[in-house]
Amino acid sequence: MIDIGLGHYLTLGAIIFTIGIVGIFLNRKNIIVILMSIELILLAVNINLVSFSIFLGDITGQIFTLFILTVAAAEAAIGLAIIVVYYRNSSTIRVEEINSLKG
Amino acid sequence: MEIALLFLPLLSSIISGFFGKYVGDRNSEIITSLFVSISAILSLILFYNVIVNNYDNNVIVATWINSGTLDVNWSIKIDPLSSVMLVVVTLVSALVHIYSIGYMSHDPHKPRFMAYLSLFTFAMLTLVTSDNFLQLFFGWEGVGLCSYFLIGFWFKKDAANAAAIKAFVVNRVGDFGFALGIFLIFYLFGTVNYSEVFEQIPQIIDKELLFLGITIKAIDLICILLFVGAMGKSAQIFLHTWLPDAMEGPTPVSALIHAATMVTAGVFLVVRCSPIFEYSPLALNIITIVGMTTAFFAATVALVQTDIKKIIAYSTCSQLGYMFFAAGVGAYNVAMFHLFTHAFFKALLFLGSGSVIHSFKDEQNIDEMGGVYKKLPYTWILMIIGTLALTGFPFLSGFYSKDAIIEFAYLKGNTAGYYATGIGIFTALLTSIYSWRLIFKTFHGDYNNKKLKIDEMHESPLVMLLPLFILSVGAIFAGFLFKDLFIGHGEINHFWGESIKFLNPLSSDHPPLWIIFITPVLVVLSIPISYYLFVGNKEIPNQLAETNKPLYNFLVNKWYFDELYNVIFIQSSKKIGLFFWKIIDGKIIDRFGPDGISSLIKNLSLKANKFQSGYIYQYAFMMLLGFSALLTFLILY
Repeated sequence: MIDIGLGHYLTLGAIIFTIGIVGIFLNRKNIIVILMSIELILLAVNINLVSFSIFLGDITGQIFTLFILTVAAAEAAIGLAIIVVYYRNSSTIRVEEINSLKG
Repeated sequence: MEIALLFLPLLSSIISGFFGKYVGDRNSEIITSLFVSISAILSLILFYNVIVNNYDNNVIVATWINSGTLDVNWSIKIDPLSSVMLVVVTLVSALVHIYSIGYMSHDPHKPRFMAYLSLFTFAMLTLVTSDNFLQLFFGWEGVGLCSYFLIGFWFKKDAANAAAIKAFVVNRVGDFGFALGIFLIFYLFGTVNYSEVFEQIPQIIDKELLFLGITIKAIDLICILLFVGAMGKSAQIFLHTWLPDAMEGPTPVSALIHAATMVTAGVFLVVRCSPIFEYSPLALNIITIVGMTTAFFAATVALVQTDIKKIIAYSTCSQLGYMFFAAGVGAYNVAMFHLFTHAFFKALLFLGSGSVIHSFKDEQNIDEMGGVYKKLPYTWILMIIGTLALTGFPFLSGFYSKDAIIEFAYLKGNTAGYYATGIGIFTALLTSIYSWRLIFKTFHGDYNNKKLKIDEMHESPLVMLLPLFILSVGAIFAGFLFKDLFIGHGEINHFWGESIKFLNPLSSDHPPLWIIFITPVLVVLSIPISYYLFVGNKEIPNQLAETNKPLYNFLVNKWYFDELYNVIFIQSSKKIGLFFWKIIDGKIIDRFGPDGISSLIKNLSLKANKFQSGYIYQYAFMMLLGFSALLTFLILY
């Protein structure tokens, strides 16, 4: 049985963060996956904040995490709403086909 | 009174030009004619005052420029010289205004025309009444501008536009010399006011200057530069090419600007600057030579032209040559006298020819006329009066002034003077022949116009004939009445006073009798000869033309001046222009300047464009890369 210390938490956070990043730009299929990846990134940050909060004995980090969760929920709601509207307009949410920003 | 005289034409020009739409065609004609006529009456009163009371005045209207030593006023200088010019300008102008009411009756732009005429009158008045070179230059350019407007008045005619531009450009050449002359005067004297300049002239007689690598006496240089300006305005040889083309304008314009007033501005300039010219024998000789060459050249060309207005235009050119060589031999008062009488009979001839053209419905070729003296009796008689006066028929005005010029040229006694006498007499003969040719071909012989039946011809309206009558009175009596005043000898005559300076008093000897008699005799004899040539036996002129084909072509083509200028100046400057346009501007400046920069930016942005793939994941990746780079940078440094 090993001791689970700060390093492990941070590693977990880093791994989730990396998965999130890679999920954004390796993903070619679905825009919802991008939304999920963003959620992952935010969760990775939350893990960091909570673990630092506990190990430093400072409650601020945990409060901050609550805020971030709230904001993430709101963001997810808005993001999904945008996707729904976008789907209605262009009847696709495939990432390869969303390139109207192309110059 | 002086102010009213000067500004009434300007006022009428403004009313007619800017408010012509509101006051209406008829009213603007009446207003301009009335105001300029008032101006003419005022100048006659002024002239009378000058003659009787030796009236002399310099009204300062306003300060124009006052900077350092340069002190220039808007002024109305009244002295004998300017009073003569005032009479000529306003009188002819008033008559031309009235005449235009009839002549332009079918034109849709009457207020504009009248406004230009009045504006011209104003500019000419500022020219003659100035007391400094700068205001003179203002008037000089003002009349040039109005001349441009009026030559190009029928702007739908290409020829008129081209002629207007030609007049403007050729005048620029002269004006360049004139402006240099004024600069030189300011450089040497520090002032441009006549009185101060003329006072200081004797101090710089021996001063020498380096000009274009040549050492030349300052006074000669001033005179020559001023004379170049006078040559341009007065259509002397080399700079004369614009005058015949200027006949594209309406005929009243030709009468006012290109016969009586504007073209005499050069003569006026030389006479006004007599205190300078008197000290420069070199410049006077140049003036004499240029004047007599022009007189001769223009007369020979006039012999063979077929356009009624061009004949009179060349005649004007020739008579201006007379005035110049009169001034060149030092007889400035005689030059002014000829200017004065010439204004009457040449305006009469032009307005008469306008009446003919009007009756022939805009036909100007004298080969297409003939035999209409019974149909146009008044015009016929008035034109004959004008012709008699022009040719110097005894006791008409031209007789006194032209013969006086020839006599004074003879009395001058130097080589240039004798040449001028000979050429003057010969030119008088030529003048007589071409003038009678015009009369005979226009009014006598067979009717040659195919477009218009002779029964449809009718005399011009009274409003056109009235000015002709007044001018014909001037053409008949001006010489006789003003002979003693202008060119009389003797102690009692001080009319010119200070306005003309004679370094040595003019010779009051009588020339040999043959000099006095030869010109009138030739002139009178030429009438039957011309009648025989142009009416009696028409084969002779044709045969002459056939046998002397090269000479005839030389004259018909106006001594090939236009062609020569075309080759030397127009083609070469066109080539230089093309070179600068195509090579310098197009291939160098544009290529590396605007075009180069714009194509560079275009290429760069095409490359930058590729970053904008439109895929969100790529943007996010880039953001991440950038963020990491920034973070790395911040951590490391």
